[in-house]
Amino acid sequence: MKWICKMLPLVLLAGTAYGNDTTHIKPKIRKAPRIEENGGITLPDGFKATVFADTVGRARHLVTTSTGDVYIMLFRLKNGKGILRLRDTNNDGVADQSTTFGNYAGTGITIKDGYLYASSNKEIFRYKLNDKQEVINPDQPERIVTGLIDRGTHNTKSLVLDNTGNIYVNIGAPSNACQVEDRKKGSPSPDPCPLLDSVGGVWQFKADQPDQGYHNGVRFAMGIRNIVGLDWNKTSNSLFAMQHGRDNLNTLFPEMYNEDESAELPAEELFEIKKGDDFGWPYCYFDWQQDKKVLAPEYGGDKKKQDRCADKKKPAYAFPGHWAPNALLFYTGNQFPERYKNGAFIAFHGSWNRAPKPQAGYFVVFLPFKDGKPNGKYEIFADGFAGESREPAKATYRPCGLAQGPDGSLYISEDKKGRIWKVSYTKK
Amino acid sequence: MRKTFLLITCAAAFLLTAAQVKPKPVPKKVMDNGKKVYDTYCLPCHQQDGSGVPNMTPTLIKTTWVTGDKTKLVQVILKGLKGVEVDGETYENVMAPHDYLTDQEIADVTTFIRNSFGNKASMLTPAEVKAIRAKTK
Repeated sequence: MKWICKMLPLVLLAGTAYGNDTTHIKPKIRKAPRIEENGGITLPDGFKATVFADTVGRARHLVTTSTGDVYIMLFRLKNGKGILRLRDTNNDGVADQSTTFGNYAGTGITIKDGYLYASSNKEIFRYKLNDKQEVINPDQPERIVTGLIDRGTHNTKSLVLDNTGNIYVNIGAPSNACQVEDRKKGSPSPDPCPLLDSVGGVWQFKADQPDQGYHNGVRFAMGIRNIVGLDWNKTSNSLFAMQHGRDNLNTLFPEMYNEDESAELPAEELFEIKKGDDFGWPYCYFDWQQDKKVLAPEYGGDKKKQDRCADKKKPAYAFPGHWAPNALLFYTGNQFPERYKNGAFIAFHGSWNRAPKPQAGYFVVFLPFKDGKPNGKYEIFADGFAGESREPAKATYRPCGLAQGPDGSLYISEDKKGRIWKVSYTKK
Repeated sequence: MRKTFLLITCAAAFLLTAAQVKPKPVPKKVMDNGKKVYDTYCLPCHQQDGSGVPNMTPTLIKTTWVTGDKTKLVQVILKGLKGVEVDGETYENVMAPHDYLTDQEIADVTTFIRNSFGNKASMLTPAEVKAIRAKTK
């Protein structure tokens, strides 16, 4: 026993001495940093992406200025601020300056006619921009709209303006299918649905009048469960938006819908929205496989019956279920090949309600347009955001926002880690 | 003297280990039935692996909401949850009340989630659920 006590320090010492003798150490090979091509996403031939910024916070929508700055709305405050401005001073595709302002978090952000508009989940603010496109008074925005309903579910407010001084805001229904107890099996859905007078649609307000409330606004369109992505189409001079379709067909009506049907249905619908339109929620949903609006099971539907849904407005295009479209952008730049001009990019946040079937989405698609209407099938433009697992909690990135830079490049934001990509076309 | 001390230390250590009540292995039948209930009512939102959905549905993995107080856990199932901060984060989706599940189903599903996804916690019996239901308004 004693000898161990005496020898041990010696052995340890010898070991240390040996370890310190550099002649015995294998030359350390410095690991080259893993080169992440295109910031970890895949793109069509000829396109390249840089990581414009990383871990900026939970980046929702974003918008660029004519000077190339990027304003980003954050889903949660970061260091007490909700809006981030990024600037790339040496034009290498990577932001090198940032500044933050705004004491509220949210989703919507857009620029029109010299003002930056941004939304919390209850209010819309605007900030005057100077000739360098910088916010003049970051601490004192004008409050344009106040008192919008925020009951947790579907509470984010997305923004876009037309060319005649109006701002459009989505007010989502705080509900899946207008049940008395949301998502509870067997809980009835009243007819008519009492929510539709104040939520479940798009409202129009004046872009320049302070402190407007519901009474100043116009319910522009109704029967819309929830929208996150919307944009103004300059060709058709009309509003387009992507609806998040209803969930839980199998959970709530297991005798009618199996897990596969529940994963694929209903469609995620692209709407062209004109004043007075009714898209049918909660009474109807769009079955993209049958290409028709059918009556929801809560209102006597049997998967086929159309009933009152026959005259609800159909989508301009329909995608498979639950992909969660969080951004819509009509591309008007000149950098990308001609076929992209005036077409739609849509960022799909990625599904959760396809479980137990495999999840889907987590990509940015391109939908060709001609004369202001979809023209052809969608194609996946940017993919690989999820990484190894398309499960919402495990996915690496979840695309959420889209913006077009003044040079025609495309910016993509994501709200999990806060990465921003700048996508350019490089083939000449 | 030294030997005695060693013996006492050993004995104490042994007793301490033995005193830490290891959760009894959960009978397969309970886990199987719990999984069945989970797959039907919980999985669509909490996902196959209990990991939840960012912003929408909290995770069930290694949170005291699941592995901690039994009463609190059963009451979440009975009454649902809305707008409550869970482990420092708020979630958009409403959890509907699942008061229509039987005491047996709630006992099995709580036992299942307390012993799945890397969680390890004691079982619940239908009698315990019944008692919690009785005092829950």
